[in-house]
This record gives sequence, structure tokens and C-alpha cells, in this order.
Amino acid sequence: MNLRQILGRIGLWLSVFVIVSPAILFFLWMASLSLKFEIDNASYPPVFIPEHFAWKNYADVFASNRFLTYFSNSLIVTGCATGLAMLVGVPAGYGIARMAAHKSAIVILIARITPGLSYLIPLFLLFQWLGLLGTLVPQIIIHLVVTVPIVIWIMIGYFETTPLELEEAALIDGATRWQVFRHVALPIAKPGLAVAFILAVIFSWNNFVFGIVLAGRETRTLPVAVYNMISFDQLSWGPLAAAALIVTAPVLLLTVMAQRQIVAGLTAGAVKGG
Amino acid sequence: MSVVTQAERAAASRAFSSEVGTGSREENASKQESRAGGSGDAAPAREWRPPSYWPFVIPALVVVLAVIIFPWGFTIWMSLQEWKVGSPTVFVGLANYLRLPTDPRFVEAVGHTLSYTALSVVLPLVFGTLAAVVFHQKFAARGFLRGIFIMPMMATPVAIALVWTMMFHPQLGVLNYLLSLIGLPPQLWVFNPTTVIPSLVLVETWQWTPLVMLIVLGGLAAIPTEPYESAQIDGANFWQVFRFITLPLIMPFLFIAGMIRMIDAVKSFDIIFAITQGGPGSASETINVYLYSVAFVYYDLGYGSAIAVVFFLLIVALAALLLYLRKRLLWTSALGGEA
Repeated sequence: MNLRQILGRIGLWLSVFVIVSPAILFFLWMASLSLKFEIDNASYPPVFIPEHFAWKNYADVFASNRFLTYFSNSLIVTGCATGLAMLVGVPAGYGIARMAAHKSAIVILIARITPGLSYLIPLFLLFQWLGLLGTLVPQIIIHLVVTVPIVIWIMIGYFETTPLELEEAALIDGATRWQVFRHVALPIAKPGLAVAFILAVIFSWNNFVFGIVLAGRETRTLPVAVYNMISFDQLSWGPLAAAALIVTAPVLLLTVMAQRQIVAGLTAGAVKGG
Repeated sequence: MSVVTQAERAAASRAFSSEVGTGSREENASKQESRAGGSGDAAPAREWRPPSYWPFVIPALVVVLAVIIFPWGFTIWMSLQEWKVGSPTVFVGLANYLRLPTDPRFVEAVGHTLSYTALSVVLPLVFGTLAAVVFHQKFAARGFLRGIFIMPMMATPVAIALVWTMMFHPQLGVLNYLLSLIGLPPQLWVFNPTTVIPSLVLVETWQWTPLVMLIVLGGLAAIPTEPYESAQIDGANFWQVFRFITLPLIMPFLFIAGMIRMIDAVKSFDIIFAITQGGPGSASETINVYLYSVAFVYYDLGYGSAIAVVFFLLIVALAALLLYLRKRLLWTSALGGEA
């Protein structure tokens, strides 16, 4: 290795450091805020690593009885919205890919462009009229606006790249189209299923705008609950940051663990709802 | 690994063709050709295609009709009514639309949206491209660091907004402390009408630069190595290589990234709403935030629907403008005589 190469390496690592540090420092600061007592959070200059960790901030968040309700609300809404989206979206992606019905992608494009709030006005009225507003059903249904296009879009892409030869062979052997889908196409598309599932879960979990309109006191999801904490608890930063970290921790874990799938899915069209 | 990058590449080109709407037909045609080439004969492949795949699509079609198409139709219809919660509805024709240009808050919101969007497209494009050039190099723990790098865009926006709010705090926030370290005066950040939009753009840029990076990285992976080899022989420096080889070749990907970024920035809601609610005053009230107030604070649903329709048309118009600019750019570069 000559001098030039060594300098190049140093330069590369410096630039890597500069590029990654905003993300790292932010999340470290978030963790720091969540682990400090009020005295440390209110001190200037700021304390980065406190002498005493305030684990009680986390205990407080979990101890507040509603937090677990909101957590389970989030689980139910995200779980149902993602499950339903997979149920209808995967076969649809398959059908669209095999029919080469590329024009239908326009609907998905429109869904991608439309601001989430535009869906809310008519659906809000509809849910009110149906008397569903006190339940989680409206949020599950409206989260489909986010999850269904993601799943369809990603599955079209995957089924377009899976080989047709096997399916043709199975059809010639007398399998029905459903059997071909179930036993030939679906197993091959497993990586695509993972991508669609993970992205649908993340974007549904993160969604805020639907909840803020449709959720009542008992039906809040975690992002809405955290938002409401901001307005009531302006000054206790420790528990607030702890709550924020708890809300986003599952998504961050998933991001680091399923990085490949997420990257593949996002570059496939970066479908984001809301 | 190579499988993933290949999929990324294919995916990126697919995203391109569908977002842009041009060239997708050729691409599909060539795809079918290559498929037919693989199986040896085109005719039988065609025979068993339509229309028996409809049962696969119908459940999704029902859902899409219910949660996407129906709301759209209903919104357009509502936008023609005087429709306030708790009072009877009256058909008013285009009155809601005519009210828009005379509504100072709406006009202001359009301005805020445009400046917010312009900044939130340009800055992530610049930083994302630089980051992609770096991530295109080989270094230890690259995959892991890329995972860290994309965390901001996957994290729950409201949770992030909460922490940024604390960081923006004029007295206790860490940002003013950092400024003081490099000798700059403290700022009011989101509490000052003149700095609120740049401050929010800072958050948006921090959050979405990774997406641009990923898309451009896909583009870089698709560049052949020959131009670089000949450039090296010709003794081109790093900047020349970037300016005359890399940049033109990743242009299509930058365009996709810019388009996606534009659509997301125009619609940005979570960050703005959670940090400022459109304030101070209405200094950061974008169309989306104003739409929220009209529809769900004042419950003026007819007027809100009109805003939603105009808002959507604005996004479509901006997308069309980008497409037009791209065509112009292609023309000028062709006329520039690179042959």
C-alpha cells in the first residue's frame, strides 16, 4: 500500500464517518435524553452521559396503564392491516403480473401521490355513518390505503421476475391456476413476500395522520399517543424520549435486521403511505 | 449479495419506468421477448394468459375500490357542496374552488409548501448523491453502516419529531449548544417565523437523504466500468470523473429520486404537524396542514374536499413540470453534441 492509497483510505473513512454520524448521533442523543433525570435534561451545557441512569423513565412509560392499551392497539391495527393486505395483495400482484396488466399500476401510482388526508374526509364520514368510530375497525380499514398498494406493487415486481417455465409445466400437468399459484409461484416468491410484509408493517406502524383523526381516547395507536404526550407533558423530557424510543424501537430493530429486504423494497418504488 | 444488487437494479429501473410513464411499454415488450426467447416459443405463453387470472385480482380490486376509488369520487362530489358537520348540505357548484384564491391562508400555504418542497428536494439530492458515491466504495462493515444510515427514514416520524423538538429548544436544546461550540449565535429555530421552514427542512433532509442515497446507489451499481478505465488512462481527476462520467450516467436515477422526493415533500405532514402544528402563527402552515385544520378542526368538509382536489392536481402538475424539465434537459444535452 503506497502513501496515496493510505490517504485515500483515510479520506474514505472520514467521509463515511461524516455521512453516518448525523444518524448515529441523533439516536444516541435520543437514548441519552431517555435515560436522564430532569435535572440532567434541564442543565446547560447539556449532559451527554449522565452519572445516574434514569431507568425509571422506561418503567414509568410501561407503568402508565394506557400505554399497554395503545401498544396493543398498534399491534392490532398494524397486524390486521398488514395481514389483510397480504391476503388480497399477493394474489393481486400475481394476477396483474401474469395478465401483464401494467395499466392497473396507475391506480397504485395515484394512491402513492394522493395525500393521506384526502382519504380521511370521505372515509371519516363513512365510518361515522356506519357507527364504527369508537372501535379500531376504521383505522384497520384506512391503513389498507397504505399497506395494500405496497404489497401489490412489490409483488408485481417479484412475480414478473420469477420464471414462467415451471408454472407452464405445472399447468400442462393438469394443475389448476390456484394450485400453480399456491405450490409453484408462491414458494419461489418468498423473498418478495418478506419484503412486502416488512415494509407494510413499518409504514403502518409509523402512520400518524390516520390515527390523529380517527382515534378516540381508547383507540389511539402509539404514534398518536406519543403526540398527545407532547402537548400534555411539555417539560418532562426523560419519559417523553423514553416513550418515543419505545415506539420506534421495533422499527429500528427491524431496519437493522432486515436491511436487505428493506433496501430492495424501497428501491422498487419507495412506496410510502400518508 | 449479488442477487440483491441485481434485484435492486431491476427494481430501480422498474420504478423509473412507471414513475416516469415513458419507456415502460418498450421495457415490457423486451421483457416478454426475452421470456419467449427463454421458453423457445412465444405463442403458447400468450394462450394461457388472460382473462382467467381475474379471480386473483378481484379481492384487491374490491378493497381498492372501497378505500381508494370511492373516497376519490366522494371527495370530488363533496367539494361541490357546502358541507359542514352538523348542518344540512347544499349544492354550491364551484363556489368552494372559487373561494381558494381569495383565501389568504390558502395562498400563503401554497407558498410555504413550494418553498418547503424546493428545499426538501434539492438538499437530499445533493447529500444523497454524495453519500451514494461514498457507499459505492468498498469498506469494512459497509452493510451494517448502510443499515444505520437508513434508520432515520424508517423510524417513526412522530417519535423523531419529538426529539427534534427538544433539540430545537432555544434555551436547553442541544443544537444551540453545538452552534455555541463553533462560535455561532443561538437561534430560535422553529420558534421564529423566518427560520421555521429551513429548520423543518433540516429534519426532512436528515430523514430522507437515505432514500436518495439508496436510489442513486442502485444507479451507480448499474454503471459499466469501461468509461472509468479509459478515464483513468486519460488521467482524469476525481472531480472530472464524477462530473463527466458518473453524473450523466446516474441522471435518470437522480430524476426518479427527485420525483419521489417531490411527491413526499409536498405531502409532508407528520414532521411539520408534530413539531410546529403550522406555527408560529401560520409561518409553517403547508397545504396539507391547512387541509387538516379546515377539515378536522373547523369541520368544513366541502371546502376541505376542494382543497384536497386542488392539492392533488398541484402534485400532478409539479410531476408534469419535472417530466418537462427532464425532456428539456435531455434535448439540451443532445444539442450540446455529445452524440
